[in-house]
Amino acid sequence: MSNIRKAFENDKAFIPFITCGDPDLGTTGEIVREMAKNGASLIELGIPFSDPTAEGPVIQDANIRALSAGTTTDKVFELVKELRKDITIPLVFMTYANVVFSYGTEKFLDNCVSAGIDGIILPDVPFEEKADFAPACKAHGIDLISMIAPTSEQRIEMIAKEAEGFVYIVSSLGVTGVRSEIKTDIASITAAVRKYTDTPCAIGFGISTPEQAAKMAALSDGAIVGSAIVKLIAKHGKDAAPVVGEYVRSMTAALE
Amino acid sequence: MSKGRFGIHGGQYIPETLMNAVIELEEAYNKYRDDPQFNAELTALFNDYAGRPSRLYYAEKLTKALGGAKIYLKREDLNHTGAHKINNVLGQALLAKKMGKTRLIAETGAGQHGVATATAAALMGMECVVFMGEEDTRRQALNVYRMKLLGADVIAVKDGTATLKDAVSATFREWTSRIADTHYCLGSVMGPHPFPTIVRDFQAVISKEIKQQMLEKEGRLPDAVMACVGGGSNAIGSFYHFIEDRSVRLIGCEAAGRGIDTFETAATINTGRLGIFHGMKSYFCQDEYGQIAPVYSISAGLDYPGIGPEHAYLHDSGRAEYVAVTDDEAVNAFEYLAKTEGIIPAIESAHAVAHAMKIAPEMDKDKIIVITISGRGDKDCAAIARYRGENIYE
Repeated sequence: MSNIRKAFENDKAFIPFITCGDPDLGTTGEIVREMAKNGASLIELGIPFSDPTAEGPVIQDANIRALSAGTTTDKVFELVKELRKDITIPLVFMTYANVVFSYGTEKFLDNCVSAGIDGIILPDVPFEEKADFAPACKAHGIDLISMIAPTSEQRIEMIAKEAEGFVYIVSSLGVTGVRSEIKTDIASITAAVRKYTDTPCAIGFGISTPEQAAKMAALSDGAIVGSAIVKLIAKHGKDAAPVVGEYVRSMTAALE
Repeated sequence: MSKGRFGIHGGQYIPETLMNAVIELEEAYNKYRDDPQFNAELTALFNDYAGRPSRLYYAEKLTKALGGAKIYLKREDLNHTGAHKINNVLGQALLAKKMGKTRLIAETGAGQHGVATATAAALMGMECVVFMGEEDTRRQALNVYRMKLLGADVIAVKDGTATLKDAVSATFREWTSRIADTHYCLGSVMGPHPFPTIVRDFQAVISKEIKQQMLEKEGRLPDAVMACVGGGSNAIGSFYHFIEDRSVRLIGCEAAGRGIDTFETAATINTGRLGIFHGMKSYFCQDEYGQIAPVYSISAGLDYPGIGPEHAYLHDSGRAEYVAVTDDEAVNAFEYLAKTEGIIPAIESAHAVAHAMKIAPEMDKDKIIVITISGRGDKDCAAIARYRGENIYE
């Protein structure tokens, strides 16, 4: 069993996202430790990209802040190595195809293994283009996380059948960002996914409140939260770690 | 290998949310591309509305002034809306209409594609939203006004470098949030499959006409066909029907900006490397970590960090050559063509004219060059005046 699946073994999983290097890598390290301490089941670490086309304005800005602060893929690997001294929950990278491809997919995955990364999420790599990354991920024992969207419909079967780690269900149309209401019929999407795989399902995009997280997790195996956390970091900067810790605790409490 | 490949380039690197939209588009295109009724409607629009076929003009004064190869100009600047962009837009708008879409969204750099999309939307009674980098809305204020006049909403994109690449990203984001009634009318031979193929096919009318017109006028094929390249739609349109004619040199002219040895350049083939961005595998200007470079060119239409996947393939295979032309050279050519032929080319097209000015004098007088004048230069006059230190009001 992959390390990632262990995050879903007991309770519903709470999966926070953070852009590495926003506002600096030292703060990212502190925030990740606070997230783990307060019950995060798995953490998504964003490697910043200049043109994150699947992100809304909140995470776009975080990417710009991180790159302006001098964050590079190599420095993110160093951070993960350092975090792995005491962080044991699964860690996955969330970044864009070009960050991995341009670095050299083999070299990137070698570094993931030595740093202790369990999976990667590439939102601009759909099922049809998996071949660029999936065989190398498999060879390195890194899960390539699949995404399913409200528009996936008849595509769910082929995606779910090859899903690894967990299935990332996109709650609604559009890019990442806080939404006041999620109208998609998530229950029927999760049901369709579960027909073809026992890989756990987590729901992301638009979740910000404990109530939303509880509702989404009840329909699946976990909830993913990005923009709401990145907003806190934008507001509190270098002092964000305790605030984010508090927020993560309120979210994990809602899932118990 | 996945669909829509040109050698190793192309593909469909987009979020899952958009996959069914591009699949639906591909199916619709496959249904209509050889449909006689669709093609009759499109040809009628091309001829009666856009003013095709565009002229192939023997530039006698330019030829004599340069003293070498005989130069013909393919006058896409004479099309309705003033550029080649209308060819693709009429095709896509008609296709979108057949698909039941009621709303067109588009990115624009120089504003020519935005104006063309707004025009087609007005003609076909569709809603239209154009995304344009904020920097470009300043450089091309006249085109912003034209789009609004045509009934389109123009959204100034402030993200990133606030130029064409950011406008493309913003349009993809918009499409992700509203798919059911909306067609993304992509303006160049780039993005995910099937866009590079669809746009090429609609622009291929350029080379189809050049070939016929050249055979009528000269009884033979040209020795070289040249066009400017940003994403590369007028270039692929100019090249396409000559790809199998190995005797015809195909030359794409990229924007070198302040020079390919500076960071202020947009010459993708000359300075970029293989990457994955905006839905495609191709060459991109990027740093060692794959961060997309903030490119620069005086020409808003060529100010893009990537190139269409078919061009990347034509470069790999050696079938086409890609040369870099600086701002200075393009501005000189802009002025030179105005004075020698009384034709003011778009600053984008002036990049191709500039390269012709370099190679024509070296060629024998019995050789023939075709330069595609992709658009007219009215939109650029204020910017060129500023480049020369003269402030004029638009």
